[in-house]
Amino acid sequence: MRKRGNVWTIVRKEFARFFGDRSLVFTTVIMPGLLIYIVYSLMGDNIGKSHHDDNEGPTTVYVDNLPESLRGDFDSIPFQLVTKGFNAVALIGDSLADKEKSLIYVNFPPHFDSLIAAYDPMGGEAAPNVKIYHNSNSDNSELAYQAVKTYLEEWENSRNNMFDINAENPDTEETFDMADENDSLGEILGQLFPMLLMILLFSGCMAVAPTSIAGEKERGTIATLLVTPMKRSELAIGKILSLSTFAMLSGLSSFLGIIFSLPRLLHADETGVDIAIPYGVGDYLLILCVLISTVLVLVSCISILSALAKDVKSAGTLVLPLMLVVMFVGFTPMLGGDAPEGVTAYLVPFYNSVQSMASIFSFELKPAAVGITVAANLVYAAISVWVLTRMFNSERIMFGK
Amino acid sequence: MDEILRVEGISKTFTLSKKQQKIERTTLRKKVAVDNLSFTANRGEIFGLLGPNGAGKTTTLRILATLIKPDTGDAMLDGYSVVNEEEEVRSRIAFLTSELKLEDFFTPNYLFDFFARLHGVPETEAAERKRVMFERFGIDKFAEVKVQNLSTGMKQKASIVISLAHNPDIIIFDEPTNGLDVLTARTVTDFLAEMRQQGKTIILSTHIFSLVEKLCDRVGIIIDGRLTHCDTLDAIRDGMSLEDRFFEIYKEQKGGEE
Repeated sequence: MRKRGNVWTIVRKEFARFFGDRSLVFTTVIMPGLLIYIVYSLMGDNIGKSHHDDNEGPTTVYVDNLPESLRGDFDSIPFQLVTKGFNAVALIGDSLADKEKSLIYVNFPPHFDSLIAAYDPMGGEAAPNVKIYHNSNSDNSELAYQAVKTYLEEWENSRNNMFDINAENPDTEETFDMADENDSLGEILGQLFPMLLMILLFSGCMAVAPTSIAGEKERGTIATLLVTPMKRSELAIGKILSLSTFAMLSGLSSFLGIIFSLPRLLHADETGVDIAIPYGVGDYLLILCVLISTVLVLVSCISILSALAKDVKSAGTLVLPLMLVVMFVGFTPMLGGDAPEGVTAYLVPFYNSVQSMASIFSFELKPAAVGITVAANLVYAAISVWVLTRMFNSERIMFGK
Repeated sequence: MDEILRVEGISKTFTLSKKQQKIERTTLRKKVAVDNLSFTANRGEIFGLLGPNGAGKTTTLRILATLIKPDTGDAMLDGYSVVNEEEEVRSRIAFLTSELKLEDFFTPNYLFDFFARLHGVPETEAAERKRVMFERFGIDKFAEVKVQNLSTGMKQKASIVISLAHNPDIIIFDEPTNGLDVLTARTVTDFLAEMRQQGKTIILSTHIFSLVEKLCDRVGIIIDGRLTHCDTLDAIRDGMSLEDRFFEIYKEQKGGEE
């Protein structure tokens, strides 16, 4: 009874310390999610704005000597078409040099239709040349250039066209790309989210664990705790439980920031991609289990390293190699290849969490692997509590100068 | 007399780092901090460990407070071993030293409740004790002020009261008046005398002769980790002032050097 009581007393004290400090709550819990939401949304908006500029900007296509055979097609292009009443010299000389102006200038040789009809490729004469003036520094100009050039190339090819490839049939609306939209999204998220979550969780742990362990050593307040009759294991468990909660809150805040900003980042309203639907409640619960067990291992490792340090600053130095390892492991789903088949891979701390999360996010869930990951993480956390308890008992570590 | 503390042949050796070797101006890797120390203290008395800086006083008190373990020997506090029954010992003692700090973020009121809970003091008992102790030390005036905003004297008072939240029988006090202004120092010494009246045992370390003469019933003189004399204050003084007697002993131990 006393054991649980003392653990709860420590947890309550850590909670009072954390939640009583508004600036700490703001910087650890609120700010990460808020910043991620704002930054990702702004990124998405800017990409979207650029996307809109490229497609809907008032790009003008000036055309000289537009042949009759192409007139109908050019009338339907998604640009403003001008075929007379402009100064070509001024266009080439000034207007096109200004990247803020969205325009291209297409110059067909006079009597283009007659010229190509009379052209003999075997005759040795130069082929009729269509000149397209554009400004590659202007997105809209470049886009219009690519569109007109592609169209003309295709039109040229159609003169000798023998067959079609994946020709669209408006009656059946048959598509030839068999990829499932969710599979593609899952693959992206399966690579991106584990890495993001590991980094965010690590940041959350870093924000609280060194201050709580190394900081207490530095300030001399941990010695005050060590002269109470509380067991060292109670202190270790109380610290790890409360720090894990704060790290989870920080990670959750960042995760929510990502989730809420993702539709704007990926332009879900335009592309029709639904970010929320792909995962069910079960998936989210499994992710939560993996996250909680991962946080326990992360907090335990950082706490052990912090207990070794004499102050918060040196704790940061000691934790740095661990951060690099966690970041590298977080990137492993991006390296390609299938998820590991054997059990052994899911016993490797951090790697197991990343692979389990990747399998859930990419709709290739392996329940046994996730179960092994969570169980292994809980065992590692328990071992870490034991190690931390031994460290709290070590006078060389706690009081060594 | 009812013996409450028995220290039996405790020794403690520290390994010096390169930096510590430079500070201590020695090439030796090991430093004997406490060497085969034995003494006893009785219930209701104030026992003073008197010695110069670096003599081993603090190490002895830290062993008694179970913060560190002796290499050899043992000490029994109220029948419990500091080596094998640390939690029982900790529940019976208060250890006060300038090394132990209170968390800046909390108020004395919160910290008193927190430490009372860790010591398993029932809530109603803790509340009553807090009321009495806060009034006795004048802490009720700043009970809700965060420690970070308190003066050194206020912090020391708060430390004393909080460490006594569980009403321990034995109070171990390392340099009780170090760094205190005269008013706070007086409050502390008066309080220690009051504790003795209540039957508490106080083990203190100091290098201030007047404090020992004012408070202590029995004195142990510790030089270079060894207890050279241990007796009642009058027996130690041997008709001299404590200061003169101490330097006489010191010269004997050091072979004439000062």
